[in-house]
Amino acid sequence: MAAHIPLAPVESSTEARIRTLASDLKQQPGALLPILHAVQDTFGYVPECTAAVLATELALSRAEVHGVISFYHHFRTRPAGAHVLHICRAEACQSMGSAALERDIKQLLNIDYHQTTADGSVTLEPVYCLGNCACSPNIRLDDAIHGRMTLARTERLLQQLKEGQA
Amino acid sequence: MTRLYLSCDSCALSVGADELAQALTAQLGEQIDLQRTSTRGMFWLEPLLEVETPQGRVGYGPLTTEDLPSLLAADLLNGGDHPLCIGLVEQHPYLARQQRLTFASLGHNRPLVMEDYAAQGGWSGLQRALTLSAQQIVDEVKESGLRGRGGAAFPTGIKWQTVLDAQAPYHRGFDEAVKFIVCNADEGDSGTFSDRLVMEDNPFQLIEGMLIAALATGATRGYIYLRAEYPHAHRVLQQAITLAEQQGYLGEAILGSHHRFHLQVRLAAGAYICGEETALLESLEGKRGMVRAKPPLPALEGLFGQPTVVNNVISLASVPLILNKGGAYYRDFGQGRSRGTMPLQLAGNIRQGGLVEVAFGVTLREILYDFGGGSASGRPIKAVQIGGPLGAYIPPAHFDTPLDYEALAAIGGMVGHGGIVVFDDQADLGQMAAFAMEFCALESCGKCTPCRIGSTRAQEVLARIRQGEDAEDNLALLTDLCDTMEQASLCALGGMAPYPVKSIVKYFGEELHSVSQTPSAGGQH
Repeated sequence: MAAHIPLAPVESSTEARIRTLASDLKQQPGALLPILHAVQDTFGYVPECTAAVLATELALSRAEVHGVISFYHHFRTRPAGAHVLHICRAEACQSMGSAALERDIKQLLNIDYHQTTADGSVTLEPVYCLGNCACSPNIRLDDAIHGRMTLARTERLLQQLKEGQA
Repeated sequence: MTRLYLSCDSCALSVGADELAQALTAQLGEQIDLQRTSTRGMFWLEPLLEVETPQGRVGYGPLTTEDLPSLLAADLLNGGDHPLCIGLVEQHPYLARQQRLTFASLGHNRPLVMEDYAAQGGWSGLQRALTLSAQQIVDEVKESGLRGRGGAAFPTGIKWQTVLDAQAPYHRGFDEAVKFIVCNADEGDSGTFSDRLVMEDNPFQLIEGMLIAALATGATRGYIYLRAEYPHAHRVLQQAITLAEQQGYLGEAILGSHHRFHLQVRLAAGAYICGEETALLESLEGKRGMVRAKPPLPALEGLFGQPTVVNNVISLASVPLILNKGGAYYRDFGQGRSRGTMPLQLAGNIRQGGLVEVAFGVTLREILYDFGGGSASGRPIKAVQIGGPLGAYIPPAHFDTPLDYEALAAIGGMVGHGGIVVFDDQADLGQMAAFAMEFCALESCGKCTPCRIGSTRAQEVLARIRQGEDAEDNLALLTDLCDTMEQASLCALGGMAPYPVKSIVKYFGEELHSVSQTPSAGGQH
């Protein structure tokens, strides 16, 4: 007859996955940012349990980890839409009419910054410089930068995304 | 088979270079050998297609796939004439008038092909450095007169000397008495892209510069702290480091010597303040990017408390040439205390935007009109902002100022990282003054009061001035607040955020009092 083996405490899969991501990186000094990038790349955002899990893994306080997550604009604590659209708000893009483009795109998507469209397809974020300032105004759609943008070109890109999904 | 060249830089990609490459391959297939090279830095012409002919490379741009039929009809493969033809690329006045030292390879190499890098003189500086003592390398850099190209303009050789002379304590995490080379690649200033060009277009040059810095100071580990907004540069750097490791340039026993150097890229997370060197070090240590008080200098107690060189990408990328050709060669370009060349970046509302690497001393007017060709909109240029979001707005009355560190400082400006953003007469500079403080409030690390609170208060005061509310009293208050921020902030963010505001008050004061009807800062073109 098999011995009665006590079960390990039940752990949510999210926590387990964060622990795995951390264990791959935590040996290197200053590992918190690389780990948070890995978490966001995996989940699309930094889940709420991250601070508690990483605090244990890295021997930090939860406040320290939370402080880092909240300091950096790049880390989001809520899921984004299927695609993230960044509009550059920095000076060079402003000199080429980005404020009007920004207003038009917001109207087109019917959302403001940090919001996601009703169908969950696009999240809108501001960004301050994409390093393509000689071809202003610029946007970034996921990992691709698009220069000399107009509303018409933005609409076309979004349309292509939709067709790609279908 | 005809050889064609098309850039794979993210600027070219952002305006359709990949689509053009696909269409060319689909239509011409076996007839062409299409090489994806670095960009020429003439961004208004991207995507710029170059065709090799017996006379040299003939260029066409800016192209879209729709231009292909007419190009082929015009005998593209033999360099035939076409409305979008710019003639021999090397003879284009934009390039012919430049003094490209740091960016000499642009347009000539495939970024991740090591043979191309070597063919352009790559690794010669490193090879010479391997025959010199650390002190001799430092002396060569001192001789060159190179000053930090990230904005602070501190002499690079003196920084290296401090790190060379520093005794590194033992560090448990690394199990050695480690010194570091940290490359500041958090290029966050609007209007700047020269760091990105090095990293995407000639990444081995940065690696070579960091290796030379390591030999000069006894550092064994390096980090490239790269902004998260540069995904393409991230991919290129990762691949370049892997290739360099495979070929024995990085890791243990560099090129068979007793030197070792381990290099990795660390991705930032979207905080402008991390371009400030002490905030950057905090971030690399895995913390919030809060500015540190100085002293101690990072050169003595930097990353993880160890002696650390923190240099900008361009400073490090300038070093291979200095070692290859000697410090005196580099020093003989430029004027006064501004030696060598400066990669200026022409951006915003400008007809011919791109990279202009010239010796210090050329005037702003030459840059804007001879190189830039005036505004993109065709309207008069009203102002230029030099040196990023913390730089002053310069009016046309000062366009004859020569570009060097001291001459710009004399009119309240700064070279900074060399970005020049152009605004035409439709720009609302009152709005730009408000934006300067909005940006400072958004990006302040919060450590010191003048920056954290001053930036928000300044936004409120500016709003009242723009609404015409007690304009005179509020202007006096704004001036007072700017002085406080300037003198009492811990770092350059709070200390210099008043610069754009004060320059607008000084040169464009009347614009502060009118709230524009549109949210736009410039005309939509």
